[in-house]
Amino acid sequence: MAQQILLNNIEVPGLASFDVYRKLGGYTSVEKTLKNFTPDEVTAEVKKSGLRGRGGAGFPAGMKWGFIDKSTNNPRYFVCNFDESEPGTFKDRHIGQLNPHQLIEGMILGSYALGARTSYIYIRGELFYVLRIIEKAIEEAYANGFLGENILGSGYSLDLYCQPGGGAYICGEETALIESLEGKRGNPRIKPPFPAIVGLYDCPTVVNNVETISALPWIMNNGADAYSAIGIANSKGTKLISACGHINKPGIYEIELGLPVEEFIYSDQYCGGIRNGNKLKAVVAGGSSVPILPAELILKTAKGEPRLMSYESLAEGGFETGTMLGSGGFIVMDDTTCIVKNLLTFARFYHHESCGQCSPCREGTGWMEKILQRIEDGRGTMKDIDLLVGISKHIEGNTICPLGDAAAWPVASAVRHFRQEFEDHVKLQKCPLSK
Amino acid sequence: MSLIKVTIDNIEVEVEPGTTILNAARKIGGAVVPPTMCYYSKLEGSGGKCRSCLVKVAQGSTKDPRPMPKLVASCRTAVMDGMVVQNITSPEVMENRRAITEFLLLNHPLDCPVCDQAGECHLQDLSYEHGLVDTETVEERRTFAPIDIGDKIKLHMNRCILCYRCVMVANQLTDQRVHGVLGRGDHSEISTFITRAIDNDFSGNMIDVCPVGALTDKTFRFKSRVWFTKPFDAHRDCPKCSGKVVLWKKGDEILRVTGRKDKYGELEDFICNDCRFEHKENSDWVIEGPRKIERHSVISQNHYETEVRNRSNQSQ
Ligand SMILES: Cc1cc2nc3c(=O)[nH]c(=O)nc-3n(C[C@H](O)[C@H](O)[C@H](O)COP(=O)(O)O)c2cc1C
Ligand code: SF4
Ligand code: SF4
Ligand code: FES
Repeated sequence: MAQQILLNNIEVPGLASFDVYRKLGGYTSVEKTLKNFTPDEVTAEVKKSGLRGRGGAGFPAGMKWGFIDKSTNNPRYFVCNFDESEPGTFKDRHIGQLNPHQLIEGMILGSYALGARTSYIYIRGELFYVLRIIEKAIEEAYANGFLGENILGSGYSLDLYCQPGGGAYICGEETALIESLEGKRGNPRIKPPFPAIVGLYDCPTVVNNVETISALPWIMNNGADAYSAIGIANSKGTKLISACGHINKPGIYEIELGLPVEEFIYSDQYCGGIRNGNKLKAVVAGGSSVPILPAELILKTAKGEPRLMSYESLAEGGFETGTMLGSGGFIVMDDTTCIVKNLLTFARFYHHESCGQCSPCREGTGWMEKILQRIEDGRGTMKDIDLLVGISKHIEGNTICPLGDAAAWPVASAVRHFRQEFEDHVKLQKCPLSK
Repeated sequence: MSLIKVTIDNIEVEVEPGTTILNAARKIGGAVVPPTMCYYSKLEGSGGKCRSCLVKVAQGSTKDPRPMPKLVASCRTAVMDGMVVQNITSPEVMENRRAITEFLLLNHPLDCPVCDQAGECHLQDLSYEHGLVDTETVEERRTFAPIDIGDKIKLHMNRCILCYRCVMVANQLTDQRVHGVLGRGDHSEISTFITRAIDNDFSGNMIDVCPVGALTDKTFRFKSRVWFTKPFDAHRDCPKCSGKVVLWKKGDEILRVTGRKDKYGELEDFICNDCRFEHKENSDWVIEGPRKIERHSVISQNHYETEVRNRSNQSQ
């Protein structure tokens, strides 16, 4: 069994309560850190650990903290992104629901490092039942002196709130999240300026993912070196993978980064192979936004090397033959799957979730959905296939926020790797896999 | 502060630090100025949305000469000393601008023959200059019924390109914004708060800032195509605004009152609703003389109909 950092005690009954969590060594990192580390030393430690953002982009966490503007007298904010809405991604909910104190502990560490006095957990509206669990945990943390005035007599004070959103995917984009948190319509902001300079209420702000933040207690307890000893190359530590689709054992797995993809799919410790002994057809490795890869390219890179579950290895080959680790939403499809139909499902999602601010995304996402619907229904033309790729190219890179790219990449990659299947739909005037 | 140098389409210009690429291009003027469908210099925070002003930054600055990886919105990107920008000299920019134009037209009804904005519509200009002759879309368009927002303004949501200018007018010029964007994506709509009428002294300016025919003046008398009316600069002593307007006349009759727009189609001054809606007699105004419409548009060239004819010929 690989090292477990995040899911270590996840099966302990009552872990969500303060007492059980505390008995298992919970909150010791706060005691240790407030006593022995200055805020800048915490940042340095996180930098050294090599921890990267687990929300999708994989940006080094310590480096992001280092950008925060500490030169003004304005308040600084630390915000947890708990909007988790990417199709295929369901790992943060697991932490929030079963181990909320680990997240709160991480929030205290991050807030201390950044000098934040007020911090927020922004949670997706549909997760109201998780909101209740977190709110109860926050209350317990206050009652036990880990939140509020003068924490453990250190002189450091912190207020923590959990704020539900309305349930919009776009509010997971960090600047849209900030707008929403301010009580406004969740439209992404135009960057620069970045939140580290102008964020929540125009003050310096860091937004991190639930999983990123939940790794902090372990890092402060065991040290940066211990963390960076886990993993491979620039992919340090462990990563939660939410695996779904046509596998025998869908679920949430904590893997050591660098695990071979083949082992992850076929080993009984993880996905346990493809259902019914079917053949693997394709994998979307990092949540619906990342390029889809056919079986040969997900198991091995174009160079013939085994593909690993790491930032670098999954990206090997660029967008031509590679993909991204993204948020860790691992969607597996066997040979009964229609790629066009799968893509249509994704396209419908992005069309529905576009905020509508910028024209390429607002108009292009709906256009792609219509064309895909046409092709899937057997009403498409060969010209439609190229049109689809053309639209995706004109969205990509031309939008305010990466939702546009996230809508374009799956389309471009599906046609790149499975063009024949699109053409078959057109030629047969129906889905070749439909009965 | 010392000026910094930027090159746009091989033309050098000196501007103050903090100037956007767009405004540097406007300083040069002419063909290198990117088209703007959402930016409005008088509205804070405007721009960045329509993406029609995208340009290529071939060199970031003298200090850091690397090119920028993506096309950038010129209306929201500040120049750096030594920056090299390509607008009309970049085939990539032109191709993407064509695509943006197509996106903007995708759900646009193209009902120009019955639209009050025809002849002074920025989208018409944009599509004339950058659009495809042969439009690719066979898709069904979204449809909304036209609604009255108050007794003076009509909203044709079908034509809206969601530039947010009207929302910013309401936010920045009037006391209480009662309208905004509802919904998301291509199903978003401009609407008022629980069908409240938009009623305050400066709300009429949203008609002037609207780049298309989504917001129009219900008091436009004896409905006439814009190019059959003649614009005159005029003013009156107004306690609420500058009172400087343009009267759009047919014969001796004032059909419509608007603010004065510059060559980029932006108002010089916002005017009040009193001037706009309630003063349509010649005796209300001191007429200064005919107004020269500077904006390069189908209306000022006065050959809108020939162009439409040419385009329909081409597409046959
Ligand atoms: C459309 C869109 C949706 C996103 N949704 C989420 C989300 O639900 N959760 C999340 O942590 N990050 C999400 N992100 C990424 C955030 O913008 C941001 O990069 C992240 O929260 C930073 O945290 P990290 O550095 O710890 O990964 C989203 C980004 C985009 C463009
Ligand atoms: S890319 Fe899409 S979601 Fe992002 S700002 Fe533009 S319209 Fe909104
Ligand atoms: S109604 Fe006009 S001004 Fe308002 S958002 Fe739509 S196009 Fe822009
Ligand atoms: S004018 Fe620049 S994006 Fe619209």
